[in-house]
Amino acid sequence: MRGLRLRLWQVGLLLLFLAWWEWASRTGRLDPFFFSQPSEIAGRVWRWFSTGEIYPHLYITTLEMLLAFFLGTLLGVVLGLWLALAPSVAAVLDPYIKALNAIPRVVLAPIFTLWFGLGVLSKVALGVTLVFFVAFFNTYQGVKEVSPVVLQNARLLGARPGHLLRHVYLPSAASWIFSSLRTSIGFAVIGAVVGEYLGSAAGLGYVIAQAEGVFDTTGVFAGMVVLMVFVLLLDAVVGQVEGRLVRWRPKMEAE
Amino acid sequence: MSFLEFKQVSVAFGSYVAVEGVSLRLSPGEFVSLVGPTGCGKSTLLNVAAGLLAPTQGEVLLEGKPLRGLNPVAGYLFQQDAILPWKTALDNVALPLVFRGVGLREARERAQAWLEKVGLGRFPRHYPHQLSGGMRKRVGLAQVLIANPRLLLMDEPFSALDVQTRQLMENELLRLWQEDRKTVLFVTHDLEEAIALSDRVVVMSAGPRSRVIGEFPIPLPRPRDVAEIRLTPEFLRLHREIWELLRGEVMRAHAGA
Repeated sequence: MRGLRLRLWQVGLLLLFLAWWEWASRTGRLDPFFFSQPSEIAGRVWRWFSTGEIYPHLYITTLEMLLAFFLGTLLGVVLGLWLALAPSVAAVLDPYIKALNAIPRVVLAPIFTLWFGLGVLSKVALGVTLVFFVAFFNTYQGVKEVSPVVLQNARLLGARPGHLLRHVYLPSAASWIFSSLRTSIGFAVIGAVVGEYLGSAAGLGYVIAQAEGVFDTTGVFAGMVVLMVFVLLLDAVVGQVEGRLVRWRPKMEAE
Repeated sequence: MSFLEFKQVSVAFGSYVAVEGVSLRLSPGEFVSLVGPTGCGKSTLLNVAAGLLAPTQGEVLLEGKPLRGLNPVAGYLFQQDAILPWKTALDNVALPLVFRGVGLREARERAQAWLEKVGLGRFPRHYPHQLSGGMRKRVGLAQVLIANPRLLLMDEPFSALDVQTRQLMENELLRLWQEDRKTVLFVTHDLEEAIALSDRVVVMSAGPRSRVIGEFPIPLPRPRDVAEIRLTPEFLRLHREIWELLRGEVMRAHAGA
């Protein structure tokens, strides 16, 4: 009962906001040139999907995002494991990692466009620089967080270094990595879309940039809506995967 | 020949000397308890016996040969939970066999048998967080015993459990130990537990620089029931005798703390 009422309030709030927006732009209180209106935006989204013109762009963005996500995670996990298990290497590289992580990633986009061109690769590179650090820090933390007692116990039970990696370090790091999957996915999307926005020939970011170029606010808002729903769907999928993979963890919240 | 021997073992952490000049012999199949006030370096001695810690001076002999690196015949039951939280009860118990190269299927079959032995046959798929403290201790015990260690090191393994669960676990331990009489070095601060379980109780002085200040054979008949044996006159006599010595050390530890 409480859940239902909560949902009603949430949906009601959205409807109220949309109705006010529609009313304000139709009566001239909001200039449709700058703010468009919900019915127009919905119509545009509908047209994109019914004519199928949005699909190639969605495909490109998804491809870039997935590549950035997997490459970035892979690199981050490998380097995170290495540095966590070799403290002297970590000590040497520490300032460089901090320095690299301090660069606002957006400023790298022009460089990547020069290096990798206007296609998919430059966006993947941008996404990787974002995702890498999330995976890296979480892996590093996950390995460092292994309880010394658990580690000593495993060693006394006869674990060799390979066993420790497989049965102790990786599972511990995995729970950290999986709990940061949502952040990583979000960053992968940011990398892809920002890259497209700054220079490309396809993708959702490109669609938004094109619309903006001709003062088509309806197109900009429609692009934002598609992007938002896209990320929400991904988030739901990741949530499912995470629930399956870290089953051993006690549930933190009641709901 | 003794199975395990501490020869004039001293352990220092920087300038802090935890134990000094400890000599102790364990015969094969003997159940020995170390008692002493908190902070007297009992756990330090266990870590030395396990090979997790090298003595600063002196040495540990295993069947007459000096111990180098991890003790290959020792099983260690830690005070804290040491089982892997990301593995089920069954996979935790199977782990030592997997480390030894036993196939997963066979390892799991043998692990299931051990889970049944410690009374957890119905919980193979539970993760540690889904088990109670006593059940997790049983998983830990099965995990240590499945590797069939000849030396069992136990560091206050039952101190976090409530009294009933604790007596249950103590009886369980005695029952399992009776089957093949491993050599046991059992650390506790609970004198009653030490007397009820052991063949011999070794008393250590308050730290720092703690050493062995008394050894008491416990000639109580076996098999024992830890709850009932506490009420026998012989038990009470032994308790009084050892407590006489221990009380002073507990006081000293208290004053020092």
